[in-house]
Amino acid sequence: MSQNPILVFVETTPDGTVAKSAAGLLGAAAAIGEPTALIVTAPGLSAAAASAVAQLGAMRVLTVEDLRLTDTFIAPLVDALAAAFENVEPDAVLLSNSVDGRDLAARFAVRAGLALAVDAVALSRDEEGVVASHSVYGGAYNVDSAVTSGAFVVTVRQGAIDARAEAQEPVVESLTVAPSNTPAATITDFEPLISNATRPDLRGAAKVVSGGRGLQSAEKFVLVEELADSLGAAVGASRAAVDAGYVPQSYQVGQTGVSVSPQLYIALGISGAIQHRAGMQTAKTIVAINKDADAPIFQIADFGIVGDVFSVVPQLISSLESRKA
Amino acid sequence: MVNQSVLAGAGRHGGSIYRQWCGDMKIVVLLKEVPDTYGDRKLDLDSGIADRAASDALTDEVDERALELAITYADSHSDTEVVVVTMAPASAAVSMRKALAIGGTSVVHVADDRLAGADTGLTAEVLSAAVARAGYDLIIAGNVSTDGYGGVVPAMMAERLGIPQATNLEAVQIYPDHVEGKRATETGLYTVSAPLPALISVTEKLPEVRFAGFKGIMAAKKKPYESLSLDDLGVVVDDETAARSIVVAVAERPARTAGVIVVDEGTAGEQLADFLIQNRLV
Ligand SMILES: Cc1cc2nc3c(=O)[nH]c(=O)nc-3n(C[C@H](O)[C@H](O)[C@H](O)COP(=O)(O)OP(=O)(O)OC[C@H]3O[C@@H](n4cnc5c(N)ncnc54)[C@H](O)[C@@H]3O)c2cc1C
Repeated sequence: MSQNPILVFVETTPDGTVAKSAAGLLGAAAAIGEPTALIVTAPGLSAAAASAVAQLGAMRVLTVEDLRLTDTFIAPLVDALAAAFENVEPDAVLLSNSVDGRDLAARFAVRAGLALAVDAVALSRDEEGVVASHSVYGGAYNVDSAVTSGAFVVTVRQGAIDARAEAQEPVVESLTVAPSNTPAATITDFEPLISNATRPDLRGAAKVVSGGRGLQSAEKFVLVEELADSLGAAVGASRAAVDAGYVPQSYQVGQTGVSVSPQLYIALGISGAIQHRAGMQTAKTIVAINKDADAPIFQIADFGIVGDVFSVVPQLISSLESRKA
Repeated sequence: MVNQSVLAGAGRHGGSIYRQWCGDMKIVVLLKEVPDTYGDRKLDLDSGIADRAASDALTDEVDERALELAITYADSHSDTEVVVVTMAPASAAVSMRKALAIGGTSVVHVADDRLAGADTGLTAEVLSAAVARAGYDLIIAGNVSTDGYGGVVPAMMAERLGIPQATNLEAVQIYPDHVEGKRATETGLYTVSAPLPALISVTEKLPEVRFAGFKGIMAAKKKPYESLSLDDLGVVVDDETAARSIVVAVAERPARTAGVIVVDEGTAGEQLADFLIQNRLV
């Protein structure tokens, strides 16, 4: 029996690839106990995923292969997690605070009668058990939460955990799951998101360059991407830029988009509305370029330029290029 | 009108054939009142609970989009009832009346002082009880609130009610016996379909809510408004055995201050390059 077992649900894509969030989840789990990972895949895909997860620090890996996964929404995952919970008897269950992770955590917590905390940015232990830390109201407050009884179910913000666990020799067991037959939605189609392989993910990126309505069009938004690529940064956007169709919704930074905490955040043609700031004001260094000297983004910028992005940014890029050479 | 008083296997009508034949539809929309994101939002540093006096309260924008979706369906299906359900202090009645003015049929408002600081599990329990009592074919919620940022209450309710859920939909089609939508996740876009009764949550990609007209505002005054307490719902808050998530510490982060601001006179791009290099940010 392991000491202070922590159960980690590792997401996989339909083709069995382990999600990027797994490394941070296992890193967080290893800091508060001994991580056991659960992987649920379509038949034939679990073995490769299991060894990848051991490599990321899982001391034990439970695998479930379920045919229903390709067309049945969430229900097979809830059944598998409930079975793994009985098997592991963990102090805490960690999941990614992703769209799927939240749904699974919610259904599982109700089924198992456990308390749930969402969007943790750190995990720790005190005398009484596992404590989850949260960054609330756009980083204006830090809040710690804990449970009154039972294991704690926690979803962890993607990209928030830098700690990584030591690689382990794979110890893999396949788990038998009794389907609950709860009514479920059906998946009738899936279009994978084509992510830009050369650019870092917005979540967890060390540098982010974001563009707003000031970029004027999808064609001109390319300037944001050029600066991002010259810095090796991820690309983000304001809601106005998303609404105007310059970039997809997955780029949105802010209250109702992604929350980022990079070393460097550069805001181009973004006014700095409070809902945008809620998603980026915990960045270490903030740079803003805006032609309106009264734009609220300047109130939180470490380095602000009152100027036109279409002249300042090209000069910045060529200046950086010439000094790299 | 048959009301549902049991939690499991809900939905007013047993079979979809009856529903198709009779054509009526009862949609419950969940509305949450939140602090205005345009204002300064404060947490009470002792309890960790939202300081409601510190900012204006209003219906969360994404929940209004959920309401708009229901009312748009009702516009073209006259036998549709849109029941607005909320759990909020009594003061939220102003926001709920607005929902009626826009086209909601009735309001069910759970207000009880014992619910201050309720965690997601208790919130889902209370809302599930209220929704089951009202009866429903389809429940529509916003995907994530702007204050709690939890995004878990709808799925918790679906589990409690024993119905399918399709969350985070950025496009929705409602049919008499099922609901379809596009579900955006970090990995891609799923097309999902659920038989009714079901629960869905929608994203801010859905259309904005319409404005209330004068006629709507007048009509709202006569629409049914039911206020319920926990006792009416038979929900016990101080159940010692229930596992709850509680706040154990709260701290305010120091506000950021402005740094250097330069006005571009032709060399600001170079100055910024210097700044980035000096601070080892490239
Ligand atoms: C409930 C709710 C949730 C929200 N969630 C989010 C969210 O998650 N993320 C988000 O970003 N917003 C969010 N918003 C919207 C937010 O209020 C703002 O509307 C939005 O952030 C504005 O985007 P923007 O700064 O690109 O556009 P604007 O406010 O229009 O600003 C454009 C800026 O570009 C500058 N500009 C124009 N041309 C140039 C140029 N050539 N060079 C330099 N500068 C130029 C202008 O001076 C201006 O400051 C939310 C709003 C609500 C109500």
